[in-house]
Amino acid sequence: MNDIRPLTKFILGIGAVIVAIWLIAPMFIVFPISFSSDASFQFPPREWSTRWYESFFNNQQWMRALGNSAVIALLSAIVATAIGTLAALAINRSESKFAHWAQTLMLTPMIVPPIIAGAGIYTFFLNSGLVGTLFGFVMVHVCLAIPLVVIAVNASLSGYDRSLELAAASLGANRVKTFFQVTVPLIAPGVAAGAVFAFVTSFDEVIVSQFMVSPALQTLPMMMYNSVTRTTDPTIAAAAALILAAVILAFFFFQFVVTPLARRSRERVGD
Amino acid sequence: MTDDMILDLQGLSKAYGEAVALDQIDLDIRRGEFLTFLGPSGSGKTTTLNLIAGFIDPTTGSMLLNGKPIEKLRAHERNFGVVFQHYALFPHMTVADNVEYPLKQRKVPKAKRKEQVKQALEMVRLSQYADRFPKQLSGGQQQRVALARAVVYRPPILLMDEPLGALDKKLREWLQLELRRIHRELGSTFIYVTHDQEEALVLSDRIAVFNEGRIEQIGTSHELYDQPKTLFVGKFIGESSVFKGTLHDGVVSAQGLRLAGRGDIPNGPAAVLVRPEKLEVSEPSGSQLSESVANRVPGAIDDIVYLGSSVKYNVTTEIGDAVVRVPVERAVDAKIGDSVLVGWATENAVLLVDDEK
Repeated sequence: MNDIRPLTKFILGIGAVIVAIWLIAPMFIVFPISFSSDASFQFPPREWSTRWYESFFNNQQWMRALGNSAVIALLSAIVATAIGTLAALAINRSESKFAHWAQTLMLTPMIVPPIIAGAGIYTFFLNSGLVGTLFGFVMVHVCLAIPLVVIAVNASLSGYDRSLELAAASLGANRVKTFFQVTVPLIAPGVAAGAVFAFVTSFDEVIVSQFMVSPALQTLPMMMYNSVTRTTDPTIAAAAALILAAVILAFFFFQFVVTPLARRSRERVGD
Repeated sequence: MTDDMILDLQGLSKAYGEAVALDQIDLDIRRGEFLTFLGPSGSGKTTTLNLIAGFIDPTTGSMLLNGKPIEKLRAHERNFGVVFQHYALFPHMTVADNVEYPLKQRKVPKAKRKEQVKQALEMVRLSQYADRFPKQLSGGQQQRVALARAVVYRPPILLMDEPLGALDKKLREWLQLELRRIHRELGSTFIYVTHDQEEALVLSDRIAVFNEGRIEQIGTSHELYDQPKTLFVGKFIGESSVFKGTLHDGVVSAQGLRLAGRGDIPNGPAAVLVRPEKLEVSEPSGSQLSESVANRVPGAIDDIVYLGSSVKYNVTTEIGDAVVRVPVERAVDAKIGDSVLVGWATENAVLLVDDEK
């Protein structure tokens, strides 16, 4: 008698749809607004145009911010994925009783409120001249992204059989070959997920970045934040729509490329 | 070190802090033999295998392969084959790629690799599954792939750690026969770890019985069954009845009974061990024991089990439980609860030191 009755199912379905619309609809409103011809956030738009996209792509400042964000996010994702993957492997393999402390320590950037982390980082960076530098941005975003990579890689390690490494050794493969021929292919789905998370985290980071930006180095989310607080220029709607589209693409990549890969490797590992 | 010796373990031990997993064992392994490490869990048999494979480093002792020390070599430099209990096949590679993997590590030319993979898969009778992934095979098939992968590069020694442990009984019995065939075909040295004494008896040329980090005895199945050197070995290999007492001048006294067996051991706590087929049981009247049966112990029948060709009697006595197995045509006319005598001829029993706590 654990089956759900059809009526209950129907009511639950309606509830779920309402919640989904409630959560998602506000995000999608930027799409119609970005195609409005008015210089305001009028919804629904009275007339359609692509002028805000033109404004976005023709404005040097916006374009530079987009470029900066893309470069910072890409570098952050690469560095965070490398460090986070190695950290997850080390924590997973360590027989030390301090391993789980190390794990907790790795995850603190997720727990510490970003505003506090931002203030602390600002004080430190001010002294060392890192404010407004690409290096500084990447370092900060790497810190924020590492926990996500560690979590994702850890998840993929839970089903990983370490006797495969002993097998590889017995068959004549040294540690380095074993790592690249056996370990990496098997944890690749978790590593890819971690990289996607890291990229997205860096790309839309606002709070800590607030302490980091300088007129010389603006990121896209910071430009948007400033724009929306000072003007009612719908160029921001175009920018938001572009970011949202990028995130949706990343999500689809994750859902339809990474996850099926992960499932396939899990099925092969399973008995 | 003689020519027919391939691997010589000398004073090998392994300790984890205070805990001693393996305590100073010496072992000569002969070229081409099927040697089984038999023992309960935690007896040191798998530790020894892992030491030979190079997965762990010994605390003391040395290992000589054809006279040359190997304990400094890393696992990937030792060129032994290893078969694991849970197959350890690479899930992201096909069956053929798995078997080809060790050949690639050895930079064997491609054409030769393909040929050797084909031969190895033929040997384990899995040629038609070359392009499947391990997940798509049954447990027994996966273990055969693992075996092909471990022998395709012709290692001088193949190490197997309870390779049939995860399989059901019928499959296990069939694969035991397959292992014997493959051992004969390859002619290389097999070292096999198991806790299953029947499996050890079926497979091995020689068996090393491990207990508490030491080797209690090493010998052929027949030697271990017929002439155990310790009570542990006698009880671990096959079925037995053990009667305990105190030895003085060749006679074991127990509860007023005087018992005897083969063997020369010091006076003190002793056990007389008799195999079920060497033990006789009387009818309730006390008749039907052979004249040569000089040692007789009174007891009560606890259970009678009909086994087809033989009948098994479990008899409880005051100095130990007895198991008697007689051919069905010599079954005695008795029922559960009857008082009977069990007895044996002195040359059919073994005297052993009672070192059990």
